[in-house]
Amino acid sequence: MPHRKTWVYFNDRLSRYLFISSAVLVSLIILCIIWFVGMQGLSTFRQVSVLEFFTSSKWSPDSGQFGALTFIVGSIGTTLIAILLGGPLGLAGAVFLAEIAPPWVRAIMRPATDLFAGIPSVVYGYVGLTVIVGFIRKSTNSSTGYGVLAAGIVLAIMILPTVISLSEEAIRSLPGTYKEASLALGATRWQTIRRVLVPAASPGILTAVILAMARAIGETMAVQMVIGNSPRFPGSLVSPTSTLTSNIVMEMGNTPFGSTWNNALFLMSFILLMIALVLIILVRTAVRRGAVR
Amino acid sequence: MKARQSDRFATIMLWVGAIAIVALLVAFLGLILGRGLHYLTPEFFNGPDGVRGQLFNSFYLLALSLAFSLPVGLGAGIYLAEYAPKNKLTDLIRLSTESLATVPSIVFGLFGMIVFVNKLGLGFTILGGSATLALLNLPILVRVTEESLRAVPRSYREASLALGATMWQTLRKVILPTALPGLITGVTLVAGRALGETAILIFTAGMNVSRKLFDVNPFAAGETLAVHLFAAKSNPLPGTNADQIADGTAALLIIMVIVFNLCLTLPSRWLQYRLLGKNKE
Repeated sequence: MPHRKTWVYFNDRLSRYLFISSAVLVSLIILCIIWFVGMQGLSTFRQVSVLEFFTSSKWSPDSGQFGALTFIVGSIGTTLIAILLGGPLGLAGAVFLAEIAPPWVRAIMRPATDLFAGIPSVVYGYVGLTVIVGFIRKSTNSSTGYGVLAAGIVLAIMILPTVISLSEEAIRSLPGTYKEASLALGATRWQTIRRVLVPAASPGILTAVILAMARAIGETMAVQMVIGNSPRFPGSLVSPTSTLTSNIVMEMGNTPFGSTWNNALFLMSFILLMIALVLIILVRTAVRRGAVR
Repeated sequence: MKARQSDRFATIMLWVGAIAIVALLVAFLGLILGRGLHYLTPEFFNGPDGVRGQLFNSFYLLALSLAFSLPVGLGAGIYLAEYAPKNKLTDLIRLSTESLATVPSIVFGLFGMIVFVNKLGLGFTILGGSATLALLNLPILVRVTEESLRAVPRSYREASLALGATMWQTLRKVILPTALPGLITGVTLVAGRALGETAILIFTAGMNVSRKLFDVNPFAAGETLAVHLFAAKSNPLPGTNADQIADGTAALLIIMVIVFNLCLTLPSRWLQYRLLGKNKE
Protein backbone atom coordinates (compact mmCIF):
# COMPACT_ATOMS: atom_id res chain seq x y z
CA MET A 1 0.00 0.00 0.00
CA PRO A 2 2.22 2.83 -1.24
CA HIS A 3 -0.38 5.50 -0.58
CA ARG A 4 -0.62 4.69 3.09
CA LYS A 5 3.12 4.61 3.38
CA THR A 6 3.61 8.15 2.06
CA TRP A 7 0.99 9.33 4.52
CA VAL A 8 2.89 7.79 7.40
CA TYR A 9 6.12 9.48 6.35
CA PHE A 10 4.33 12.78 5.80
CA ASN A 11 2.97 12.67 9.34
CA ASP A 12 6.38 11.86 10.67
CA ARG A 13 7.96 14.84 8.94
CA LEU A 14 5.11 17.22 9.80
CA SER A 15 5.22 16.37 13.50
CA ARG A 16 8.95 16.90 13.50
CA TYR A 17 8.58 20.39 12.05
CA LEU A 18 5.84 21.23 14.54
CA PHE A 19 8.08 20.23 17.45
CA ILE A 20 11.00 22.26 16.15
CA SER A 21 8.86 25.33 15.58
CA SER A 22 7.36 25.20 19.08
CA ALA A 23 10.87 24.95 20.54
CA VAL A 24 11.94 27.99 18.51
CA LEU A 25 8.78 29.84 19.55
CA VAL A 26 9.56 29.27 23.23
CA SER A 27 13.03 30.70 22.75
CA LEU A 28 11.70 33.74 20.91
CA ILE A 29 9.48 34.69 23.85
CA ILE A 30 12.35 35.64 26.13
CA LEU A 31 13.82 37.82 23.37
CA CYS A 32 10.44 39.52 22.91
CA ILE A 33 10.22 40.21 26.64
CA ILE A 34 13.71 41.69 26.77
CA TRP A 35 12.97 43.82 23.70
CA PHE A 36 9.56 45.19 24.70
CA VAL A 37 10.22 45.77 28.39
CA GLY A 38 13.73 47.05 27.64
CA MET A 39 12.59 49.54 24.98
CA GLN A 40 9.82 50.84 27.18
CA GLY A 41 12.08 51.07 30.23
CA LEU A 42 15.22 52.47 28.67
CA SER A 43 13.30 55.38 27.13
CA THR A 44 13.26 56.76 30.69
CA PHE A 45 16.83 57.86 30.15
CA ARG A 46 15.69 60.44 27.60
CA GLN A 47 14.43 62.52 30.50
CA VAL A 48 16.32 61.17 33.49
CA SER A 49 20.09 60.81 33.84
CA VAL A 50 21.45 57.33 34.45
CA LEU A 51 23.44 58.61 37.42
CA GLU A 52 20.37 60.09 39.09
CA PHE A 53 18.30 56.94 38.62
CA PHE A 54 20.83 54.63 40.22
CA THR A 55 22.42 56.84 42.89
CA SER A 56 19.73 59.20 44.13
CA SER A 57 17.17 58.14 46.66
CA LYS A 58 14.86 61.08 46.00
CA TRP A 59 11.75 59.64 44.37
CA SER A 60 9.09 62.25 43.71
CA PRO A 61 7.96 61.93 40.10
CA ASP A 62 5.58 64.87 40.45
CA SER A 63 8.52 67.23 40.78
CA GLY A 64 10.63 65.35 38.27
CA GLN A 65 12.89 63.48 40.67
CA PHE A 66 13.47 59.88 39.68
CA GLY A 67 16.02 58.41 42.06
CA ALA A 68 15.43 54.66 42.43
CA LEU A 69 18.20 53.87 44.91
CA THR A 70 15.70 53.29 47.72
CA PHE A 71 13.93 50.56 45.76
CA ILE A 72 17.14 48.88 44.65
CA VAL A 73 18.44 48.85 48.22
CA GLY A 74 15.05 47.57 49.43
CA SER A 75 15.05 44.70 46.95
CA ILE A 76 18.63 43.68 47.72
CA GLY A 77 18.10 44.04 51.48
CA THR A 78 14.99 41.88 51.62
CA THR A 79 16.66 39.24 49.43
CA LEU A 80 19.75 39.11 51.63
CA ILE A 81 17.71 38.73 54.82
CA ALA A 82 15.67 35.99 53.14
CA ILE A 83 18.81 34.08 52.13
CA LEU A 84 20.45 34.53 55.54
CA LEU A 85 17.37 33.19 57.35
CA GLY A 86 16.01 30.71 54.84
CA GLY A 87 19.26 29.39 53.37
CA PRO A 88 20.72 27.67 56.46
CA LEU A 89 17.33 26.33 57.55
CA GLY A 90 16.64 25.00 54.06
CA LEU A 91 20.07 23.40 53.84
CA ALA A 92 19.54 21.77 57.23
CA GLY A 93 16.24 20.42 55.96
CA ALA A 94 17.91 19.11 52.81
CA VAL A 95 20.72 17.36 54.70
CA PHE A 96 18.17 15.94 57.08
CA LEU A 97 16.02 14.60 54.24
CA ALA A 98 18.96 13.17 52.33
CA GLU A 99 20.95 11.59 55.14
CA ILE A 100 19.14 11.38 58.45
CA ALA A 101 15.37 11.15 58.04
CA PRO A 102 13.88 7.67 58.54
CA PRO A 103 11.63 6.71 55.61
CA TRP A 104 8.39 7.50 57.40
CA VAL A 105 9.56 11.01 58.33
CA ARG A 106 10.61 11.55 54.72
CA ALA A 107 7.21 10.41 53.57
CA ILE A 108 5.67 13.23 55.63
CA MET A 109 8.21 15.93 55.03
CA ARG A 110 8.53 15.67 51.24
CA PRO A 111 4.87 16.38 50.48
CA ALA A 112 4.92 19.04 53.19
CA THR A 113 7.67 20.98 51.43
CA ASP A 114 5.88 20.53 48.12
CA LEU A 115 2.81 22.05 49.72
CA PHE A 116 4.91 25.06 50.78
CA ALA A 117 5.82 25.58 47.15
CA GLY A 118 2.19 25.47 46.07
CA ILE A 119 0.89 28.14 48.45
CA PRO A 120 0.12 31.30 46.42
CA SER A 121 2.29 34.30 47.17
CA VAL A 122 -0.69 36.47 48.13
CA VAL A 123 -1.43 33.97 50.88
CA TYR A 124 2.12 34.37 52.18
CA GLY A 125 1.58 38.11 52.11
CA TYR A 126 -1.71 37.72 53.93
CA VAL A 127 -0.08 35.69 56.71
CA GLY A 128 2.77 38.17 56.86
CA LEU A 129 0.32 41.02 57.23
CA THR A 130 -1.86 39.35 59.86
CA VAL A 131 0.87 37.74 61.97
CA ILE A 132 4.47 38.73 61.25
CA VAL A 133 3.96 42.50 60.97
CA GLY A 134 2.09 42.57 64.28
CA PHE A 135 4.72 40.42 65.94
CA ILE A 136 7.53 42.72 64.78
CA ARG A 137 5.61 45.78 65.92
CA LYS A 138 5.27 44.38 69.42
CA SER A 139 8.75 42.96 69.78
CA THR A 140 10.75 45.90 68.38
CA ASN A 141 8.64 48.88 69.46
CA SER A 142 8.59 50.19 65.91
CA SER A 143 5.58 52.27 65.00
CA THR A 144 4.16 50.04 62.26
CA GLY A 145 6.10 46.77 61.99
CA TYR A 146 6.27 47.11 58.23
CA GLY A 147 9.67 47.03 56.60
CA VAL A 148 12.61 45.11 55.23
CA LEU A 149 12.66 42.70 58.16
CA ALA A 150 9.03 41.64 57.75
CA ALA A 151 9.48 41.17 54.01
CA GLY A 152 12.73 39.25 54.56
CA ILE A 153 11.05 36.83 56.98
CA VAL A 154 8.14 36.18 54.61
CA LEU A 155 10.55 35.62 51.72
CA ALA A 156 12.71 33.31 53.85
CA ILE A 157 9.70 31.02 54.27
CA MET A 158 8.84 31.28 50.59
CA ILE A 159 12.29 30.20 49.37
CA LEU A 160 12.45 27.18 51.73
CA PRO A 161 11.00 24.66 49.23
CA THR A 162 13.40 25.77 46.47
CA VAL A 163 16.44 25.47 48.73
CA ILE A 164 15.32 22.18 50.25
CA SER A 165 14.39 20.27 47.12
CA LEU A 166 17.34 21.36 44.95
CA SER A 167 19.96 20.89 47.70
CA GLU A 168 18.56 17.50 48.63
CA GLU A 169 18.74 16.45 45.00
CA ALA A 170 22.37 17.62 44.83
CA ILE A 171 23.33 15.62 47.94
CA ARG A 172 21.45 12.54 46.79
CA SER A 173 23.03 12.53 43.36
CA LEU A 174 26.54 12.10 44.82
CA PRO A 175 28.08 8.68 44.25
CA GLY A 176 27.54 6.39 47.24
CA THR A 177 31.26 5.65 47.35
CA TYR A 178 32.02 9.12 48.77
CA LYS A 179 30.01 8.41 51.87
CA GLU A 180 31.23 4.83 52.21
CA ALA A 181 34.88 5.87 51.93
CA SER A 182 34.46 8.52 54.59
CA LEU A 183 32.59 6.24 56.99
CA ALA A 184 35.10 3.44 56.41
CA LEU A 185 37.88 5.79 57.48
CA GLY A 186 36.11 6.08 60.82
CA ALA A 187 34.46 9.47 60.33
CA THR A 188 31.19 10.08 62.14
CA ARG A 189 28.04 10.86 60.18
CA TRP A 190 28.33 14.57 60.94
CA GLN A 191 31.98 14.65 59.87
CA THR A 192 31.00 12.91 56.65
CA ILE A 193 28.23 15.44 56.02
CA ARG A 194 30.36 18.46 56.81
CA ARG A 195 33.66 17.45 55.23
CA VAL A 196 32.57 15.27 52.33
CA LEU A 197 28.95 15.44 51.28
CA VAL A 198 28.20 19.16 51.55
CA PRO A 199 31.49 20.26 49.91
CA ALA A 200 31.02 17.73 47.12
CA ALA A 201 27.44 18.85 46.54
CA SER A 202 28.35 22.54 46.76
CA PRO A 203 27.74 23.37 43.06
CA GLY A 204 24.20 22.03 43.39
CA ILE A 205 23.65 23.80 46.70
CA LEU A 206 24.95 27.03 45.17
CA THR A 207 22.49 26.59 42.32
CA ALA A 208 19.70 26.17 44.85
CA VAL A 209 20.68 29.36 46.68
CA ILE A 210 20.98 31.38 43.46
CA LEU A 211 17.58 30.23 42.21
CA ALA A 212 16.13 31.05 45.63
CA MET A 213 17.60 34.55 45.30
CA ALA A 214 16.00 34.89 41.89
CA ARG A 215 12.65 33.96 43.36
CA ALA A 216 13.07 36.32 46.33
CA ILE A 217 14.11 39.39 44.36
CA GLY A 218 11.28 39.01 41.88
CA GLU A 219 8.60 38.28 44.45
CA THR A 220 5.95 40.93 44.33
CA MET A 221 2.66 40.42 46.09
CA ALA A 222 3.91 39.04 49.40
CA VAL A 223 6.52 41.80 49.68
CA GLN A 224 4.13 44.55 48.68
CA MET A 225 1.78 43.59 51.48
CA VAL A 226 4.36 43.80 54.29
CA ILE A 227 6.99 46.34 53.19
CA GLY A 228 4.98 49.44 54.09
CA ASN A 229 5.14 51.06 50.63
CA SER A 230 6.78 54.33 51.49
CA PRO A 231 9.32 55.54 48.93
CA ARG A 232 11.73 56.64 51.62
CA PHE A 233 15.19 55.28 52.24
CA PRO A 234 14.84 52.77 55.11
CA GLY A 235 16.23 54.20 58.33
CA SER A 236 16.16 50.77 59.96
CA LEU A 237 15.08 47.21 59.29
CA VAL A 238 11.66 47.99 60.69
CA SER A 239 10.78 51.26 59.01
CA PRO A 240 8.40 51.29 56.04
CA THR A 241 10.11 51.43 52.65
CA SER A 242 9.65 50.00 49.15
CA THR A 243 11.26 47.55 46.78
CA LEU A 244 11.44 47.54 42.99
CA THR A 245 8.52 45.13 42.74
CA SER A 246 6.30 46.69 45.39
CA ASN A 247 6.73 50.16 43.93
CA ILE A 248 5.73 48.95 40.46
CA VAL A 249 2.52 47.49 41.87
CA MET A 250 1.75 50.63 43.88
CA GLU A 251 2.28 53.19 41.15
CA MET A 252 1.56 51.42 37.86
CA GLY A 253 -2.17 52.04 38.11
CA ASN A 254 -1.82 55.80 38.62
CA THR A 255 0.48 56.61 35.73
CA PRO A 256 -0.48 57.05 32.08
CA PHE A 257 1.21 54.66 29.66
CA GLY A 258 4.18 56.32 27.95
CA SER A 259 4.83 59.02 30.56
CA THR A 260 8.29 59.33 32.09
CA TRP A 261 6.98 58.11 35.42
CA ASN A 262 5.44 55.07 33.76
CA ASN A 263 8.61 54.37 31.79
CA ALA A 264 10.65 54.55 34.99
CA LEU A 265 8.49 51.76 36.40
CA PHE A 266 9.16 49.69 33.30
CA LEU A 267 12.85 50.41 33.76
CA MET A 268 12.60 48.96 37.26
CA SER A 269 11.11 45.77 35.91
CA PHE A 270 13.83 45.70 33.25
CA ILE A 271 16.42 45.84 36.06
CA LEU A 272 14.66 42.88 37.71
CA LEU A 273 14.75 41.01 34.41
CA MET A 274 18.47 41.68 33.99
CA ILE A 275 19.17 40.51 37.56
CA ALA A 276 17.27 37.29 36.84
CA LEU A 277 19.25 36.69 33.65
CA VAL A 278 22.58 37.31 35.40
CA LEU A 279 21.56 34.83 38.11
CA ILE A 280 20.75 32.20 35.46
CA ILE A 281 24.19 32.63 33.91
CA LEU A 282 25.71 32.24 37.40
CA VAL A 283 23.76 29.00 37.81
CA ARG A 284 25.11 27.72 34.50
CA THR A 285 28.70 28.41 35.52
CA ALA A 286 28.13 26.81 38.92
CA VAL A 287 26.78 23.68 37.23
CA ARG A 288 29.61 23.58 34.70
CA ARG A 289 32.23 23.95 37.41
CA GLY A 290 30.60 21.09 39.27
CA ALA A 291 30.72 18.95 36.14
CA VAL A 292 34.42 19.65 35.60
CA ARG A 293 35.22 18.58 39.13
CA MET B 1 35.13 11.55 72.30
CA LYS B 2 34.64 15.01 70.83
CA ALA B 3 33.69 13.78 67.36
CA ARG B 4 30.99 11.51 68.72
CA GLN B 5 29.53 14.35 70.81
CA SER B 6 29.47 16.81 67.97
CA ASP B 7 27.89 14.14 65.78
CA ARG B 8 25.10 13.69 68.27
CA PHE B 9 24.69 17.44 68.70
CA ALA B 10 24.50 17.96 64.93
CA THR B 11 21.93 15.19 64.56
CA ILE B 12 19.76 16.80 67.21
CA MET B 13 20.09 20.21 65.54
CA LEU B 14 19.12 18.80 62.15
CA TRP B 15 16.07 17.14 63.68
CA VAL B 16 15.15 20.47 65.28
CA GLY B 17 15.51 22.20 61.93
CA ALA B 18 13.33 19.65 60.18
CA ILE B 19 10.68 19.81 62.88
CA ALA B 20 10.76 23.62 62.66
CA ILE B 21 10.10 23.45 58.92
CA VAL B 22 7.13 21.11 59.30
CA ALA B 23 5.84 23.08 62.30
CA LEU B 24 5.98 26.25 60.22
CA LEU B 25 3.79 24.64 57.60
CA VAL B 26 1.32 23.29 60.14
CA ALA B 27 1.13 26.72 61.79
CA PHE B 28 0.55 28.32 58.39
CA LEU B 29 -2.26 25.99 57.44
CA GLY B 30 -3.78 26.06 60.91
CA LEU B 31 -3.75 29.83 61.02
CA ILE B 32 -5.31 30.32 57.60
CA LEU B 33 -7.95 27.63 57.93
CA GLY B 34 -8.67 28.61 61.54
CA ARG B 35 -9.33 32.23 60.60
CA GLY B 36 -11.22 31.65 57.40
CA LEU B 37 -12.92 28.29 57.35
CA HIS B 38 -16.07 29.41 59.16
CA TYR B 39 -16.68 32.17 56.59
CA LEU B 40 -17.04 29.65 53.80
CA THR B 41 -20.85 29.62 53.75
CA PRO B 42 -23.08 29.58 50.65
CA GLU B 43 -23.50 33.29 51.16
CA PHE B 44 -19.75 33.78 50.87
CA PHE B 45 -20.06 32.56 47.29
CA ASN B 46 -23.47 33.89 46.25
CA GLY B 47 -23.99 36.97 48.43
CA PRO B 48 -23.65 40.58 47.24
CA ASP B 49 -19.89 40.50 47.84
CA GLY B 50 -19.76 36.82 46.86
CA VAL B 51 -16.73 35.32 45.25
CA ARG B 52 -18.38 32.91 42.81
CA GLY B 53 -17.37 35.16 39.90
CA GLN B 54 -13.76 35.21 41.04
CA LEU B 55 -13.79 31.45 41.62
CA PHE B 56 -15.11 30.88 38.10
CA ASN B 57 -12.58 33.32 36.62
CA SER B 58 -9.71 31.53 38.37
CA PHE B 59 -10.52 28.27 36.63
CA TYR B 60 -11.53 29.90 33.35
CA LEU B 61 -8.22 31.77 33.11
CA LEU B 62 -6.37 28.62 34.08
CA ALA B 63 -8.09 26.58 31.36
CA LEU B 64 -7.46 29.20 28.68
CA SER B 65 -3.82 29.60 29.66
CA LEU B 66 -3.32 25.83 29.50
CA ALA B 67 -5.00 25.76 26.09
CA PHE B 68 -2.40 28.27 24.89
CA SER B 69 0.65 26.81 26.58
CA LEU B 70 0.09 23.04 26.49
CA PRO B 71 0.59 22.44 22.73
CA VAL B 72 3.68 24.65 22.51
CA GLY B 73 5.16 23.46 25.80
CA LEU B 74 4.66 19.80 24.96
CA GLY B 75 6.05 20.29 21.46
CA ALA B 76 9.17 22.06 22.68
CA GLY B 77 9.70 19.46 25.41
CA ILE B 78 9.34 16.61 22.93
CA TYR B 79 11.80 18.29 20.59
CA LEU B 80 14.39 18.73 23.33
CA ALA B 81 13.99 15.17 24.60
CA GLU B 82 13.72 13.22 21.34
CA TYR B 83 14.97 15.19 18.35
CA ALA B 84 17.39 17.89 19.43
CA PRO B 85 20.93 17.30 18.21
CA LYS B 86 23.82 18.48 20.37
CA ASN B 87 24.54 21.83 18.79
CA LYS B 88 24.51 25.58 19.37
CA LEU B 89 20.82 25.94 18.50
CA THR B 90 19.78 23.36 21.09
CA ASP B 91 21.98 25.09 23.64
CA LEU B 92 20.31 28.37 22.83
CA ILE B 93 16.83 26.88 23.19
CA ARG B 94 17.78 25.39 26.54
CA LEU B 95 19.28 28.65 27.78
CA SER B 96 16.23 30.66 26.79
CA THR B 97 13.85 28.16 28.40
CA GLU B 98 15.85 28.33 31.62
CA SER B 99 15.89 32.11 31.49
CA LEU B 100 12.16 32.19 30.90
CA ALA B 101 11.72 30.08 34.03
CA THR B 102 13.47 32.68 36.22
CA VAL B 103 11.73 35.75 34.80
CA PRO B 104 9.90 37.31 37.77
CA SER B 105 6.16 37.14 37.30
CA ILE B 106 5.79 40.91 37.57
CA VAL B 107 7.97 41.23 34.46
CA PHE B 108 5.61 38.89 32.62
CA GLY B 109 2.78 41.08 33.87
CA LEU B 110 4.32 44.27 32.51
CA PHE B 111 5.19 42.55 29.23
CA GLY B 112 1.57 41.44 28.88
CA MET B 113 0.51 44.97 29.70
CA ILE B 114 2.61 46.42 26.88
CA VAL B 115 1.61 43.82 24.30
CA PHE B 116 -2.01 42.92 25.05
CA VAL B 117 -3.37 45.88 27.00
CA ASN B 118 -1.69 48.71 25.10
CA LYS B 119 -0.23 47.63 21.75
CA LEU B 120 -3.14 45.39 20.81
CA GLY B 121 -5.55 47.71 22.58
CA LEU B 122 -7.47 44.97 24.36
CA GLY B 123 -7.53 46.67 27.74
CA PHE B 124 -7.79 44.47 30.83
CA THR B 125 -9.22 41.21 29.54
CA ILE B 126 -9.39 37.55 30.40
CA LEU B 127 -7.84 36.83 27.01
CA GLY B 128 -4.78 39.00 27.65
CA GLY B 129 -4.46 37.66 31.19
CA SER B 130 -4.56 34.03 30.16
CA ALA B 131 -2.16 34.57 27.24
CA THR B 132 0.34 36.17 29.62
CA LEU B 133 -0.25 33.46 32.18
CA ALA B 134 0.56 30.94 29.45
CA LEU B 135 4.07 32.42 29.23
CA LEU B 136 4.56 31.64 32.92
CA ASN B 137 3.44 28.04 32.36
CA LEU B 138 5.61 27.42 29.31
CA PRO B 139 9.09 26.88 30.75
CA ILE B 140 7.77 24.53 33.46
CA LEU B 141 5.81 22.53 30.87
CA VAL B 142 8.87 22.23 28.64
CA ARG B 143 11.04 21.02 31.50
CA VAL B 144 8.51 18.56 32.86
CA THR B 145 7.82 17.14 29.39
CA GLU B 146 11.50 16.70 28.66
CA GLU B 147 12.15 15.06 32.02
CA SER B 148 9.27 12.61 31.78
CA LEU B 149 10.17 11.61 28.22
CA ARG B 150 13.78 11.07 29.20
CA ALA B 151 12.64 8.78 32.00
CA VAL B 152 11.19 6.36 29.42
CA PRO B 153 13.70 3.52 28.93
CA ARG B 154 15.74 3.59 25.73
CA SER B 155 14.82 0.02 24.92
CA TYR B 156 11.17 1.01 24.38
CA ARG B 157 12.16 3.37 21.57
CA GLU B 158 14.60 0.89 20.07
CA ALA B 159 12.04 -1.90 20.07
CA SER B 160 9.42 0.27 18.38
CA LEU B 161 11.81 1.71 15.79
CA ALA B 162 13.24 -1.75 15.08
CA LEU B 163 9.72 -2.93 14.26
CA GLY B 164 9.65 -0.33 11.50
CA ALA B 165 7.58 2.35 13.20
CA THR B 166 8.34 5.97 12.36
CA MET B 167 9.46 8.35 15.08
CA TRP B 168 5.97 9.91 15.20
CA GLN B 169 4.32 6.50 15.59
CA THR B 170 6.80 5.61 18.30
CA LEU B 171 6.08 8.85 20.11
CA ARG B 172 2.31 8.52 19.88
CA LYS B 173 1.95 4.84 20.67
CA VAL B 174 4.89 4.10 22.96
CA ILE B 175 6.69 7.06 24.47
CA LEU B 176 3.84 9.44 25.28
CA PRO B 177 1.59 6.80 26.93
CA THR B 178 4.50 5.64 29.07
CA ALA B 179 5.38 9.19 30.04
CA LEU B 180 1.77 10.23 30.66
CA PRO B 181 1.79 9.96 34.47
CA GLY B 182 4.80 12.28 34.63
CA LEU B 183 3.15 14.67 32.21
CA ILE B 184 -0.02 14.80 34.26
CA THR B 185 1.94 15.52 37.41
CA GLY B 186 3.63 18.35 35.55
CA VAL B 187 0.38 19.83 34.30
CA THR B 188 -1.09 19.70 37.80
CA LEU B 189 2.00 21.49 39.10
CA VAL B 190 1.60 24.19 36.48
CA ALA B 191 -2.11 24.50 37.18
CA GLY B 192 -1.53 24.94 40.90
CA ARG B 193 0.97 27.69 40.27
CA ALA B 194 -1.23 29.45 37.73
CA LEU B 195 -4.24 29.38 40.08
CA GLY B 196 -2.37 31.35 42.73
CA GLU B 197 -0.71 33.82 40.39
CA THR B 198 -1.44 37.46 41.08
CA ALA B 199 1.26 39.83 39.87
CA ILE B 200 0.67 38.92 36.22
CA LEU B 201 -3.08 39.25 36.39
CA ILE B 202 -3.45 42.63 38.08
CA PHE B 203 -1.67 44.15 35.06
CA THR B 204 -3.42 42.14 32.34
CA ALA B 205 -6.79 40.80 33.52
CA GLY B 206 -7.59 43.67 35.84
CA MET B 207 -9.32 43.83 39.19
CA ASN B 208 -12.95 43.84 38.13
CA VAL B 209 -15.34 40.96 38.00
CA SER B 210 -18.31 40.55 35.71
CA ARG B 211 -21.75 40.84 37.31
CA LYS B 212 -23.05 38.00 35.20
CA LEU B 213 -22.65 34.51 36.53
CA PHE B 214 -20.22 32.39 34.52
CA ASP B 215 -19.36 35.11 32.04
CA VAL B 216 -17.29 33.37 29.38
CA ASN B 217 -16.66 36.48 27.30
CA PRO B 218 -12.85 36.49 26.93
CA PHE B 219 -12.84 40.26 26.39
CA ALA B 220 -14.29 41.02 29.83
CA ALA B 221 -12.05 41.90 32.75
CA GLY B 222 -11.52 38.91 35.00
CA GLU B 223 -10.51 39.20 38.64
CA THR B 224 -9.42 35.88 40.11
CA LEU B 225 -9.56 34.66 43.70
CA ALA B 226 -5.88 35.42 44.37
CA VAL B 227 -6.24 38.95 42.99
CA HIS B 228 -9.39 39.33 45.09
CA LEU B 229 -7.46 38.44 48.25
CA PHE B 230 -4.79 40.98 47.33
CA ALA B 231 -7.37 43.68 46.68
CA ALA B 232 -9.27 42.99 49.89
CA LYS B 233 -6.12 43.08 51.99
CA SER B 234 -4.04 45.85 50.45
CA ASN B 235 -6.63 48.50 49.58
CA PRO B 236 -9.87 47.57 51.29
CA LEU B 237 -12.91 49.58 50.25
CA PRO B 238 -14.43 51.37 53.21
CA GLY B 239 -17.77 50.02 54.35
CA THR B 240 -17.17 46.43 53.23
CA ASN B 241 -16.23 43.54 55.43
CA ALA B 242 -12.87 43.27 53.66
CA ASP B 243 -11.16 41.39 56.48
CA GLN B 244 -13.77 38.64 56.46
CA ILE B 245 -13.56 38.40 52.68
CA ALA B 246 -9.77 38.15 52.90
CA ASP B 247 -9.88 35.47 55.61
CA GLY B 248 -12.41 33.38 53.69
CA THR B 249 -10.63 33.79 50.36
CA ALA B 250 -7.28 32.78 51.84
CA ALA B 251 -8.85 29.65 53.31
CA LEU B 252 -10.50 28.82 49.98
CA LEU B 253 -7.18 29.25 48.13
CA ILE B 254 -5.40 26.98 50.59
CA ILE B 255 -8.08 24.32 50.23
CA MET B 256 -7.65 24.49 46.46
CA VAL B 257 -3.88 24.05 46.84
CA ILE B 258 -4.30 21.04 49.10
CA VAL B 259 -6.79 19.41 46.71
CA PHE B 260 -4.41 19.99 43.81
CA ASN B 261 -1.55 18.43 45.74
CA LEU B 262 -3.67 15.36 46.46
CA CYS B 263 -4.56 15.18 42.77
CA LEU B 264 -0.88 15.14 41.96
CA THR B 265 -0.32 11.52 42.89
CA LEU B 266 -3.60 9.68 42.65
CA PRO B 267 -4.70 10.04 38.99
CA SER B 268 -1.26 9.41 37.56
CA ARG B 269 -1.08 6.03 39.28
CA TRP B 270 -4.54 5.13 38.06
CA LEU B 271 -3.65 6.11 34.50
CA GLN B 272 -0.48 4.09 34.50
CA TYR B 273 -2.52 1.12 35.63
CA ARG B 274 -5.13 1.66 32.92
CA LEU B 275 -2.75 2.30 30.06
CA LEU B 276 -0.01 -0.17 30.69
CA GLY B 277 -1.58 -3.02 32.58
CA LYS B 278 -1.07 -3.98 36.17
CA ASN B 279 2.21 -5.84 35.81
CA LYS B 280 4.03 -2.67 34.81
CA GLU B 281 6.08 -0.94 37.43
